[in-house]
Amino acid sequence: MSLIRFFKTIFMIDFLTGLIMAIKEIFKTKKTINYPFEKGSISPRARGEHALRRYPNGEERCIACKLCEAVCPAQAITIESSEREDGSRKTTRYDIDMLKCIYCGLCEQSCPVDAIVQGPNFEFATETREELYYNKEKLLENGDRWENILAANINADSSHR
Amino acid sequence: MAELFIFFEQIYRILFLLIPVLVSVAMIVWLDRRVWAFVQKRRGPNVVGPFGLFQTLADALKYIFKEIIIPASSNKVIFILAPIVTMTLALIAWAVIPFSETFVLADINVGILYLFAVSSLGVYGIIMGGWASNSKYPFLGAIRSAAQMVSYEVSIGVIIINVLLCVGSLNLSDIVLAQKDLWFVIPLFPMFIIFFISALAETNRPPFDLPEAEAELVAGYQTEYSGMMYAMFWLGEYANILLMCAMGSILFLGGWLSPIDLFPFNVIPAPIWLILKILFLFILFALIKAIVPRYRYDQLMKLGWKIFLPFSLIYVVLTASFLMYFDLLPGN
Repeated sequence: MSLIRFFKTIFMIDFLTGLIMAIKEIFKTKKTINYPFEKGSISPRARGEHALRRYPNGEERCIACKLCEAVCPAQAITIESSEREDGSRKTTRYDIDMLKCIYCGLCEQSCPVDAIVQGPNFEFATETREELYYNKEKLLENGDRWENILAANINADSSHR
Repeated sequence: MAELFIFFEQIYRILFLLIPVLVSVAMIVWLDRRVWAFVQKRRGPNVVGPFGLFQTLADALKYIFKEIIIPASSNKVIFILAPIVTMTLALIAWAVIPFSETFVLADINVGILYLFAVSSLGVYGIIMGGWASNSKYPFLGAIRSAAQMVSYEVSIGVIIINVLLCVGSLNLSDIVLAQKDLWFVIPLFPMFIIFFISALAETNRPPFDLPEAEAELVAGYQTEYSGMMYAMFWLGEYANILLMCAMGSILFLGGWLSPIDLFPFNVIPAPIWLILKILFLFILFALIKAIVPRYRYDQLMKLGWKIFLPFSLIYVVLTASFLMYFDLLPGN
């Protein structure tokens, strides 16, 4: 052990340097956000809670092509359809098991009419499992609630599709 | 009737000391987490109550409602007794801590000896917990902790002899009053540093937290504990840390004395000074937790037995000869 090293050890120079640095760090701005009161920015492509969108006139976009059901790797989507009086094909049932869902975003990509989308909402924790078996009403309600943000996100991302 | 009155008066005095100590233990856990987080540029607990001050109470409430699991192969009596012993020993030591000239629960003449004895007994709670769990990680943690605490108590004992040589009394109030002109931290500065590091080892704080080294021993002697029993270990540990800070401030930082006997300082009540000194030492504890990596076990033992013990012994000889030569021995 060299003499300098010896004196550094005796007087704990390295330790004191670290201590001073720690004290300096205390007064610097925090790197973490104050989560429930302050939220980080979310990309337009964020894959959060699902929603079924409508056309501006209130008509459902979904045409029951079942591409999302087919592509879903977790087989979380169940669709049943029938013909309506006006001759258009519409879903009678559109269920997503949010517990099976792996949030891969393939349903959103496969949809030809931008009906099923994944929105920016990731705070939909529930107290029971049953609440996470989403049906058509719940998905349409989500679509109505998030429509502004969803349309803006799709528009922002459209040039990359 | 008179006996009954004295009995209730004593109970009142004990509660008057114990409840603030328990509350401050809760606050100190919060402070520890907060300082630790701030050094790492995090926010730490800040949701429950103002600045998150009630975080520990919320945690304690959670622990109370959790299930206490007692392993089937454990020695049940000792398993249950261990956290109680830890907690009790951490709290009874506060009886002799003088908060001011008059405010001391038990002003006994061998105060420092009592304090030293009780803090040494603290290792029993850990050994009992580790052994009674009948599981390998708690057992290894308990062995480590026993060896570590015993080693560092030796150097703490020798350091206390240094202070006693300068005071000439084992009474804690006398020790404080002897520092009226000069705090012992100045003439005995190396001893203060060694005392502080030994206190870190004694209370199983980083960098000497080998008994509960997460990477190797899960949680050491606490592995099998859950619910309120775990919380009692945890509170006992922090009460011990607080006690060590109090011991350090009484032995070296002048206890409840103000730094200078001048106007703005000497109107502040004595207990406040002691609390401020304890807080200062505790914040150092918390800062050190945030900046140092864990020691290797053989390095820990080497530091205790081959460096601290001989150095403090030499310092005892130096102090004694200095006091003899200049005829400064107390009592002359």
